[in-house]
Amino acid sequence: MTEAADKSTMARRTDFRFWHFFERIALLVVWFVLIAVYGAAMPQSFLTWGNFAILFASYAPAAMLALAIIVPLTAGDYDLSVGATLTLCSAIIGVLNVWHHLPILLVLAVALAVGILAGLVNALFILFFRIPSLVVTLGTTSVMTGLAQWITNSSTIGGIDNALVMAVVGGRFLGVPYAFYYALGAAILMWYVFDYTPLGRRLLFVGRGREVARLNGIAVDRVRLGALIASGVLSAAAGILYAGVLGSADPYSGLNFLLPAFAAAFLGATTILPGRFNPWGVIVAVYFLATGITGLAMLGIPLWVTNVFNGGALILAVTVSQLTRGRDAIEIG
Amino acid sequence: MSTLSTPLNHVVSGPGAGKPLPVLHVTDIAKSFGGAKALAGISFEVLPGEVHGLLGKNGSGKSTLVRILAGFHAPDPGGKLKFNGKTVDLPLKAGDFRRLGMSFVHQNLGLVPSLTVLENLRFADLTTKPAPFINWRSERKAAIEALGRFDLAIDPDERVARLSPVERALLAIVRAFEEIRAECSATGKPGLVLLDEPTPFLPREGVEKLFTLMRSIASTGSSVIFISHDIEEVMAITDRITVLRDGLVAGELTTAGATHGQVVDLIVGRTLAKRATPAYAKPVDTGEPFIRVENLAGGSLCETSFAVGRGEILGLTGLIGSGYEEAPYLIFGARPGRSGILHLTADAKAVPIGRMSPDRALALDFALLPGDRQNASGVDSLSIADNMLLPDVTRFFRGGFLRPAAMMREAYALGERYEVRPNTPPAKLSTLSGGNAQKVLIARWMNRNPRLLLLDEPTQGVDVGTRVQIYAALKAAASSGTSVVCASSDVEQLAEICDRVLVFARGQICREITGPELTKDGIAEACYASLDASDETGSRAVTNWQ
Repeated sequence: MTEAADKSTMARRTDFRFWHFFERIALLVVWFVLIAVYGAAMPQSFLTWGNFAILFASYAPAAMLALAIIVPLTAGDYDLSVGATLTLCSAIIGVLNVWHHLPILLVLAVALAVGILAGLVNALFILFFRIPSLVVTLGTTSVMTGLAQWITNSSTIGGIDNALVMAVVGGRFLGVPYAFYYALGAAILMWYVFDYTPLGRRLLFVGRGREVARLNGIAVDRVRLGALIASGVLSAAAGILYAGVLGSADPYSGLNFLLPAFAAAFLGATTILPGRFNPWGVIVAVYFLATGITGLAMLGIPLWVTNVFNGGALILAVTVSQLTRGRDAIEIG
Repeated sequence: MSTLSTPLNHVVSGPGAGKPLPVLHVTDIAKSFGGAKALAGISFEVLPGEVHGLLGKNGSGKSTLVRILAGFHAPDPGGKLKFNGKTVDLPLKAGDFRRLGMSFVHQNLGLVPSLTVLENLRFADLTTKPAPFINWRSERKAAIEALGRFDLAIDPDERVARLSPVERALLAIVRAFEEIRAECSATGKPGLVLLDEPTPFLPREGVEKLFTLMRSIASTGSSVIFISHDIEEVMAITDRITVLRDGLVAGELTTAGATHGQVVDLIVGRTLAKRATPAYAKPVDTGEPFIRVENLAGGSLCETSFAVGRGEILGLTGLIGSGYEEAPYLIFGARPGRSGILHLTADAKAVPIGRMSPDRALALDFALLPGDRQNASGVDSLSIADNMLLPDVTRFFRGGFLRPAAMMREAYALGERYEVRPNTPPAKLSTLSGGNAQKVLIARWMNRNPRLLLLDEPTQGVDVGTRVQIYAALKAAASSGTSVVCASSDVEQLAEICDRVLVFARGQICREITGPELTKDGIAEACYASLDASDETGSRAVTNWQ
């Protein structure tokens, strides 16, 4: 009798393991199904390595941006300003490099410093004045977008140093431009920090239970400050990638990355490590969304569908991610 | 009707023959949770125009009764409830009470601080009336009338957050009366306002104002039930008192003829069996204490000083509002204190309370297990292992990597030692029962061999079996030299585990209980006597609630 009981629990456990495993790879499966569907519809144009190489490179800034978002999200704060930071940083690169002829390395350092500054400003209002992060970063988004338009005279600045363009899309590894590998590098770094350092644990506890974290001796505000600065730096890096991919600084289009990046952050939390914002999930989710949009575009579907697709994906992603967390609302404030 | 059961030997000297129809008449209401009987069948009545006191210790069944009346709990079948002579179908549904002409003021008052007095007062009406729009002018008039009826000078346009605690309590009571007033004038029958501990955080003068208001309500013919721990208050305002003990009516008294001592006897009950000698003998360090707390103040705690010996289990208790439960948080630096110095005898160090922080406390080998298990102790959505090893996580960071396998091994071993069932470290904390989750958190702190373990209600909502295991863990820690400070309202628990108990009243220590007096009845009696004794000190607890 005990043997039978053992067997049934064993069976249940294997069952459970199977479903758990399936949940982890579900998005990957859906992604491959999507590729197969588009591939069947457009075998000549869609299913080519060249197409995927471009897709991987052109969405690298979005991937970097989504990675930037999940750092403060894990610590329990929204950072909506990442899109504007990206835009401002790429605009600064254009202005300083093209108009003021500053050397590119110095310009990149300035861009990263602006990312840090953006994180500090957000942190000042969120942590010191205790304003909800949603409000603060919505405000700084508008401020930084305005600044980007001001310094560029609302014009696209072409002719950024070729060294940057070469470093981002000039070389290829396995046929894919370097841009993709920068995003991959950031994902690996974050994977290490999130999963294999005490800092990652602290980040997680600060996001899930501020009071618990505080009573366990974690410097909650310092961790949140660090997370906001990290997202500023990563979005500045995304801005650098964006400038490199385009070879120019565009003060308008950067914000278009915000929604897909948020959708990817939440969709990424349904996969690989379901219930947690995780870098590998983000990478899978970004390229899943990119594939969906690229395929639609190639099918000749009008531009407005992209917006519907991104917005729908965001809501769906949050819903699914909440369901996998057992219907606990995601508490971020 | 006149066969009202009067258990024990306390006879009601009620208003005799020709007495009016009771507003509320409860007969044989019982409620069990699982196997435990929270109410074992109680009967009592509340007469019109009467202020009726309801007294009893924690766990005597008061809150269960309130919840049954409010429609949160369904009573066990067999009980009867009459309102103004009319039998009411049980169980009550949530919100039914309003239709009957009954309303509640709970301890948290249920006001929205960011809204105005007017909005709070008319809240129920404004949100439920099927009117197409709100006529603010007439709402305003109604609010002014309601406040004027009781001569309250409260500005209807003031935000509730800016009112004093007393004004807030008055507003909540006026609102409760307003809710039933319409019902009562429609039926011409008296209503009932039930006040569930509205006073513990109020200053003395404020309580007087509440009493005046309660009297005014009673003078309209409606009745008031007043629940409080404070015997003085109950004796000052009520006409009659019903005392609950262990889920039964321990007795009913007419207030005018009762003495303080009689009431205490009824609340505490007298059991002849004194505490058996403790089954374990442990070496209590009689030398220098581990820590001396000097002039600690913060929250509702006024300046208090006490010492904790090495290996001693010190209990802190008192009635609600007495401030005892603040001490562990203040010592740990989890809440800001107003004053105080911690003298660490062993380290020959003195730390002012302003310099304490959780971080600092951990460095001094202190540990705190908060009472708010949901929000302050552990994170439900993270794994048992992560929760258990949170303060120790750097120990597992070797060669640039966290070692998850080592963490799981240690968490598993700790789970075995502290009998966590099921012992599955990778599972989320939420998969465990409350008691087992508590064992995880106790294991977290024990694993660090703290020198001072601070606890707030360590076994609240924990089943009996687990409770025994937790007691054993605490005793084991104490015998290995850890000093334990346990704030608890559970007198049975205090009698079971503590070497010494400090009883607080109005923010100060008023009794120290040791030796043969350290029994559950002894502690309970000291808690109730405490209010009496500390009256000379005059001032009541100062609170800094927002």
